[in-house]
Amino acid sequence: MERVLSLGIDVGSTTVKNVIIDENKNIIYSKYERHFSKVRETVVSQLEETAKMYPGCKFKLCITGSAGLGLAQGCDIPFVQEVFSAFTAVKESYPDADAVIELGGEDAKIIFLTGGVEQRMNGSCAGGTGAFIDQMATLLGVTTDELDTLALNAQKVYPIASRCGVFAKSDIQPLLNQGAMREDIAASIFQAVVDQTVSGLAQGRKIEGKVLFLGGPLSFQTALRKAFITTLKLSDEQAVFPETAKVFVAYGCSLHAYENEDCLEIDDILAKIKNAPVSDTIVTGQRLFNSRSEYDEFIERHKKCDLKYADIKTYEGDAYLGIDSGSTTTKLALITPEGDLLFSHYSPNKGQPLDKISAKLKEIYEVKNPKLNIRAAAVTGYGEDLIKSALKVDFGIVETVAHFTAASFFCPDVDFIIDIGGQDIKCFKIKNSAIDSIMLNEACSSGCGSFIQTFAQAMGYEIAEFSQLGLFAENPVDLGSRCTVFMNSSVKQAQKDGATVEDISAGLSSSIIKNAIYKVIRAKSVDELGRNIVVQGGTFLNDAVLRSFEMELGRNVIRPTIAGLMGAFGAALYARNNAHNADSGIITYEDLKEFTYTSKTANCNGCTAKCGLNIITFNDGRRFINGNRCERGAGISKDNILPSIFRFKNEKLLEIASYTPDAPKFRVGIPMCLGFYELLPFWHAFFKKLGIETVISEDSSRDTYYKGQQTIPSDTVCYPAKLAHGHIVSLLEKNVDFIFYPCMSYNIDEGDSDNHYNCPVVAYYPELLRANMPQLNVNNFIYPYLDINRKKHLAKRLGVSLAKYIPSNADLDGAIEAGYKALEDYKNEVSQKAVEIIDIARKNGKNIIVLAGRPYHVDKEINHGIDKLITSLGMAVISEDSVAHLAHTPDDLGVLNQWTYHSRLYRAAEYVTTQKDMQLVQLVSFGCGIDAVTTDEVRTILESKGKLYTQLKIDEINNLGAAKIRLRSLIAACK
Amino acid sequence: MANYPVFTEEMKKTHKILVPNMLPIHFRLIINVFKHYGYDMELLTTDSRNVIDEGLKNVHNDTCYPALLVIGQFFDALKSGKYNPDTTALLISQTGGGCRASNYIHLLRKALKEQYPQVPVLSLNFSGFDTNGLKLNAPVMIKLLYGILYGDLLMLLYNQCKPYELIERSSDRVLDIWQKKLDKIFAENKYTNTKKYYKEILDSFAKIERSSKKKPKVGIVGEIYVKYSPLANNGLEKFLLSEGCEPVVPSMLDFVLYCAVNTVNAGKIYDYKNKTTFFYKIGYDFIYKKQRQMINIIKEHGVFDPPHDFEHLREYADKYIHQGVVMGEGWLIPAEMAALAAGGTENIICAQPFGCLPNHIVAKGMSRAIKDGFENANIVAIDYDPGATKVNQENRIKLMLANAKKVGADKNENNA
Repeated sequence: MERVLSLGIDVGSTTVKNVIIDENKNIIYSKYERHFSKVRETVVSQLEETAKMYPGCKFKLCITGSAGLGLAQGCDIPFVQEVFSAFTAVKESYPDADAVIELGGEDAKIIFLTGGVEQRMNGSCAGGTGAFIDQMATLLGVTTDELDTLALNAQKVYPIASRCGVFAKSDIQPLLNQGAMREDIAASIFQAVVDQTVSGLAQGRKIEGKVLFLGGPLSFQTALRKAFITTLKLSDEQAVFPETAKVFVAYGCSLHAYENEDCLEIDDILAKIKNAPVSDTIVTGQRLFNSRSEYDEFIERHKKCDLKYADIKTYEGDAYLGIDSGSTTTKLALITPEGDLLFSHYSPNKGQPLDKISAKLKEIYEVKNPKLNIRAAAVTGYGEDLIKSALKVDFGIVETVAHFTAASFFCPDVDFIIDIGGQDIKCFKIKNSAIDSIMLNEACSSGCGSFIQTFAQAMGYEIAEFSQLGLFAENPVDLGSRCTVFMNSSVKQAQKDGATVEDISAGLSSSIIKNAIYKVIRAKSVDELGRNIVVQGGTFLNDAVLRSFEMELGRNVIRPTIAGLMGAFGAALYARNNAHNADSGIITYEDLKEFTYTSKTANCNGCTAKCGLNIITFNDGRRFINGNRCERGAGISKDNILPSIFRFKNEKLLEIASYTPDAPKFRVGIPMCLGFYELLPFWHAFFKKLGIETVISEDSSRDTYYKGQQTIPSDTVCYPAKLAHGHIVSLLEKNVDFIFYPCMSYNIDEGDSDNHYNCPVVAYYPELLRANMPQLNVNNFIYPYLDINRKKHLAKRLGVSLAKYIPSNADLDGAIEAGYKALEDYKNEVSQKAVEIIDIARKNGKNIIVLAGRPYHVDKEINHGIDKLITSLGMAVISEDSVAHLAHTPDDLGVLNQWTYHSRLYRAAEYVTTQKDMQLVQLVSFGCGIDAVTTDEVRTILESKGKLYTQLKIDEINNLGAAKIRLRSLIAACK
Repeated sequence: MANYPVFTEEMKKTHKILVPNMLPIHFRLIINVFKHYGYDMELLTTDSRNVIDEGLKNVHNDTCYPALLVIGQFFDALKSGKYNPDTTALLISQTGGGCRASNYIHLLRKALKEQYPQVPVLSLNFSGFDTNGLKLNAPVMIKLLYGILYGDLLMLLYNQCKPYELIERSSDRVLDIWQKKLDKIFAENKYTNTKKYYKEILDSFAKIERSSKKKPKVGIVGEIYVKYSPLANNGLEKFLLSEGCEPVVPSMLDFVLYCAVNTVNAGKIYDYKNKTTFFYKIGYDFIYKKQRQMINIIKEHGVFDPPHDFEHLREYADKYIHQGVVMGEGWLIPAEMAALAAGGTENIICAQPFGCLPNHIVAKGMSRAIKDGFENANIVAIDYDPGATKVNQENRIKLMLANAKKVGADKNENNA
């Protein structure tokens, strides 16, 4: 009798897994293989292998996996959802497990088995995991195995944004550039994956008991396992890593196959798969080139924008050095006074920019003509501070200035520059020979150069080869224009539908461009970009990207052949234009030969922020410290620090909270989050009048976030809201009698607006806290619905909800009046302080920044010390609420002006337009939907009156690299 | 003086008004109502990729998906060459309240300003807060209300028949016949005879030959546009049908009642009384009575499941959330989830635009509480967004369905 076996095929986003079980459900064969997007081919070759191994057998078959769906449908083979497969396999082999965590190529899944079965997958935003680790390994220039080894030797874990791969990347990049230990970064990467799983997936449910860990990354990476065990506090018995982890889902799938009736010969299965129709649902875009000659013409045209070259070995005379220490790459350019290129270098920095640059500088010294004299040197880019200090470079300049200088060299009347680098997209509009507005990509949409590179590698190609493939693709896939994570699933879909690698390559190039045009520039018409457009950055060396850009714009642009070197070239030109009479102070050849450094980490003890520091000690004893976010980092002495209203507000609120009534009967807890950052004076005075002591929650920190992390149900809500969970925990720790947190649809009516709502999150967050924090109940959490503008109503409702804590004859009206008075006093003090700050700044001839956001943006954990960064750059800081009353809402406002906090932005912007020495910088919390409305409007108000608009997006990421570039560019543009 | 073009009474003669499609069945009826009052309207049914691209170009990309789609659809239409911009107007709904949705009309006007400064935008709202709204007097409003009632009934019965029909497309044929009949009934002003027509509609659908094999029911709740519009939710109802499920889509009338009762509630919660609360109370009672009538007729008829009773929905809401949560779909979403689960529709898809603010609270924020209340509630939140892919969404829905089918199988086992 012929043997009948059961075969489960798991086709994931990056791999194909096969498992065959026998009549007794024992695994007799398994295979794990990367498919490099060739899904069908890989499945076929595996099946052919199987056929050889089990001749004459018949198979019951089932397919699972995210990329298997299309295949199964196309060839009429039973399909089972992959989480469900895993569930079946767990039930079969680990019936006593309590939870399962499975990390795959791009999906993360969790199954709770006991106490109510629940199965969950990451939402569409919570980036991939296996792919994320791959990406990070690429960033560090190591294999995933090496990453694992590195992580095992770590001493310290840095906080890295755990929500999404792109975010984490923008945390890691600056750490790398600042010289943090690679071991520590590796460990931090794994910790980020764990945090993402715990907060993003578990969403309020505790992971405990016997936990099963599945999927490729967890079976290969020991450090990742360790991080999970430590974080979840599991014992050795509780953490189970099945030997079959990486094919576990395929095993579950084979169990489903086992239940099937039909059995087939391998040949029949192969025929089915080979003959399955290719789906025609792919949306295709335009071809990049219709013919070879079109391509040749294109290449010829761009060749014209080249520099002159001179020979470094024979050239005698002055030369100028430019260094661009970028996020992923290092660039150097050495030029003659005429701008001829003597030497250039472009390479990935592999996370060690200093080593790379000093080696290259040494090379320059060694090959140059002895009579070539480096007159001046300038450095730009992420690593500017470190390189400037380490190699004693003469000038440090902001990237935007470097790029503008370089672009003007090629096109003196340039009016638009777009630079797509490894990690950033930067666009500048030029007006009157000065940078007029700057657009940088937000952390979320950085589908830039390194993205396409990682993608190429994931598909088994070198980047150059991969992008060339797309040039003549017949049906480029339309992949949309979203962030990396979304792009991944768009690609997955295209693969599922049978798109070729060529089509995907072309599609990726065009989506990078769409991302730039729609998301970053947000151009409605080409004319907005101007007539003379210069494109630069390494990504534009990719012909497919360049072509996509020209096609999308419908006009030709200028791409210098040194597109990748423009930052360095611009820096060199800057050095030339600004050289002092004396020679360059740059490190000499002799000193360079001896040059070494050591790096260690420490925490600053200057204040409660305890910034993580990197201390780099050079061989001559000099030290370079970074990581410090305040003036201390900029080396400004205490006496010369410019004032910031943020500091004042924080101190004032703490001071208010410190007043307690005599012999209080009860203690009320007020979480310092969201709306309380403004209403604390009101509630504090109100409760004080009633003899109740107000206890505020702890100072926000990363730890506050971790405290409440497990109870956050929506991973895409803004960071200020997420912090609320930790503040509630903090109050519970302080043993308050009850927590008071009213729901408020309406905020205070300040007039001069159409309405005075709170945003939905600020208005109703207490409802969410109550529903998701099991510690809260009717006794310890009071959240009445209040309209703070209606006194009678307030008295009535507060009387009811506080009945347990106040006597029946309590003077509620008096308490409410006291509240109003305290709030008014506080607001007056704030606006008075603003007047003082403006005064001090003007006396010292300093510019003033209105750092505009929401009241809760004064929270240090939310603004990450941006106000201090601004003062360290030599500008004073006031806030939107401190000046909003000085102007009226513009008459021609183009939006419905219906939120109290937000209407202040419009008034503050209007006020700024009347003040010569003021600029407005808008702080936007990531995920704030309402700011999608306000930002455009604030920009319009400012730009219509000739002011610059600067937006800083903030999230849990605490690196201020991007913010610094923007602020420095703003300063440069104001000059 | 408004700084945008205003739709004048004379334009009724010259202009065609484009209407975004949210609910195909209802909007057809609604458009016909307006036709009788002299408005020339056309429902946009375009769904090409260009709709999304135009949206991305013309609206801030972090704006919610519905705004992006609706505005993208308008621009796609204006640029198609099919309509003369000088004689075209646009209609957009405006709900008001603290959600971003009340800003759609402003975003649309802003986007039009540069490219089509001559195109007027009409606001469809029942609160009279935009000066350039469609003129809605009591008779028009009542006629619209009937349009919604009939639309709800057709949608309800179609969804209950379609998954079970034995003759392919027989449900679609009945639906089509009734849409045409209703056009005539509205034209002849006979629509108030609901008793007669409800009965006839019920009979027509009851005559469709249907299999008795039960299919898993899947409820759809969420943000109103994404919940209903096939353009926004990638044809969710069709997908569920193809997966062998019965889609359960709550009535549009619930949203109307929700808006009405919120105004009444506001007075109660914030302790005030005025003309608005007074008239909304009368309006609410009137509409609710119409809903009760429909429910009673369906019950008497005895073949189909009636829609939720709105007062019951409010009772469910009270168990999970305060009725003061009124931004976006507010308390209606948890109430619908609970009512669905209690009524045996334990599989629920919550369709929402990516990053929808109120949904952080009322959808994702409440699903834990609902699950605690209903052990077998099987809820999945699906985000819709210009970049989200169908495969990603469908995979998550498939997981939910796998669970649904398993629970179904387990139940059968226990019963056996």
